[in-house]
Amino acid sequence: MRERHGKSRTKGQWRGAEIIGYWALRSSLIIALLILFLILYDIVSKGIGVINWEFITASPRSGMTEGGIYPAIIGTLYVTLITIAFAVPLGVAAAIYLNEYAVQGRFTRLVRMALRNLAGVPSIVFGLFGMAVFVKFFGFGPSLIAAGFTLGLLTLPVTVTASEEALATVPRAYREGAFALGATRWQVVRSVVLPRALPGILTGTILGLARAAGETAPILATGAAFFLPYLPSSLRSRFMALPYHLFIMSTQHHAISQVRPIAYGTALILVALVCMLNLVAVSLRRRYRRRVARGL
Amino acid sequence: MALSDKMAQVTSRNAELAQGSIEGQAHTAVASYAVNVEHLNFFYGSKQALFDISVDFEETGVAALIGPSGCGKTTFLRVLNRMNDLVSNTRLEGRILVHGEDIYDSFTDVVELRKRVGMVFQQPNPFPKSIYENVAYGPRIHGLKNRRQLDEIVERSLKGGALWEEVKDRLHEPALSLSGGQQQRLCIARVLAVQPRILLMDEPTSAIDPIATQRIEDLIRELCVDYTIIIVTHNMQQAARISDHTGFFFQGRMIEWGETAQIFTNPRDQRTEDYVTGRFG
Ligand SMILES: Nc1ncnc2c1ncn2[C@@H]1O[C@H](COP(=O)(O)OP(=O)(O)OP(=O)(O)O)[C@@H](O)[C@H]1O
Ligand SMILES: [Mg+2]
Repeated sequence: MRERHGKSRTKGQWRGAEIIGYWALRSSLIIALLILFLILYDIVSKGIGVINWEFITASPRSGMTEGGIYPAIIGTLYVTLITIAFAVPLGVAAAIYLNEYAVQGRFTRLVRMALRNLAGVPSIVFGLFGMAVFVKFFGFGPSLIAAGFTLGLLTLPVTVTASEEALATVPRAYREGAFALGATRWQVVRSVVLPRALPGILTGTILGLARAAGETAPILATGAAFFLPYLPSSLRSRFMALPYHLFIMSTQHHAISQVRPIAYGTALILVALVCMLNLVAVSLRRRYRRRVARGL
Repeated sequence: MALSDKMAQVTSRNAELAQGSIEGQAHTAVASYAVNVEHLNFFYGSKQALFDISVDFEETGVAALIGPSGCGKTTFLRVLNRMNDLVSNTRLEGRILVHGEDIYDSFTDVVELRKRVGMVFQQPNPFPKSIYENVAYGPRIHGLKNRRQLDEIVERSLKGGALWEEVKDRLHEPALSLSGGQQQRLCIARVLAVQPRILLMDEPTSAIDPIATQRIEDLIRELCVDYTIIIVTHNMQQAARISDHTGFFFQGRMIEWGETAQIFTNPRDQRTEDYVTGRFG
């Protein structure tokens, strides 16, 4: 598209107002990119200095003014795994029901609208809900599992919506072909629709998870700990997490200016982790496109 | 299935019917047809798409359905294997018997019905899987796991679909790498693999070139010895070339039904004549 526009653009076609409009749009993009770049530059330039082997493999020491952030990295990984275990099966199953089984009508429209609204609910609300339900009502206490489930709830609307979109892109003709051969609905879903939709489902889900992995508010009241000298040993343990650690190091610590480099290092690791997840999503999508082009 | 088998089946069924029941005679006529449609009305929501259609299709041979766009040919075809069940908010009145059984009976096993009544679509729609997997799909979902048997079925079906010679060395390549005409023959082979007795074809050649069309027409003539074939086509010459009976649809009604030669040379209804002579549609 972009190239075609470029080629077909000849000087005569452009009027004054259009040129202004064009540059207004273009400069908005440039400004957005510039801001993004500045943030990244700030984090990388100030954070890179503290990052070494010890920083990512040791626990904090001396009142968290020295040492590394190993427990926070591991805590974030664990809690993300629980989020996956909670949100992915539930979200994909719900999407399959919504797109393949449910009779389309007022009910499904209502559900979709609710999901879209739920995706916009502030994460602190999810955090408080998680505290009331998982920590208190189910009696998990502040723990990995309570926080993981809370983050799971937070990503569920995204997971369902992304999965449903992926399912909806599978051409009707494939479904009809399978039905006409006498396949049951579940066989159609399992052998024709899901294989085709899976990469899209994964991509959407990973993007949702990347979002959740960086959230502070939902884990604040459901299990994240200020400081723990050890790693979580069970689902009921409390844990340290990167976003919360970053929050503490930059606002709650008794010697904020002293630990500023550690805060930047933590931010850098967190950003890197989220970027990595996004990269996985992007490469999955690219592999999928290639597979579709080959027709397998 | 060989013709002799089929004959034996039909004969035995007729014998069965004649033997005991008082209604034997009335039913014998029914059973020698593959499909009987009795006073069919069909509705999409409140909109009626088919009006009081009654017609019988014989066990073998080709029946062509013609008529202007939007007159209900596809709807009619999809009634016969209950594909319209997939469209929400539809309603049907009347009776459809397939091999003597009412397929809209509450006891009907739709999966079994669709195995018996195969369908080929207007746009070739092979699955995004290999050629082999496309043909093996039907037998597989019906529980066949034995690799040797699957291999056999795939070969037999591809031969039946007149595609074997062209693809036998590339069975594991993507089906979507085939040409449009080859894809359509693959779809026919895929249907043959579940051993249906009736084939419904909805404009199977409208998306492919004349040479591929020729091949599929030849194939239809070969297959109609063993199968009941009901084909929707917009192409008058095609209907005249390949069908034994022709039905003319107009605004949801079957205006005329008869032997193809009669419909094309000596139609009873003015509208049929106008349509087959190309005066409208
Ligand atoms: N899913 C649907 N929902 C509502 N109306 C439908 C649906 N499918 C078809 N119809 C209507 O039913 C009528 C018959 O359509 P149908 O597709 O059977 O016609 P057709 O004879 O196959 O036409 P064509 O030659 O263009 O394929 C049309 O008026 C169409 O608008
Ligand atoms: Mg049609």
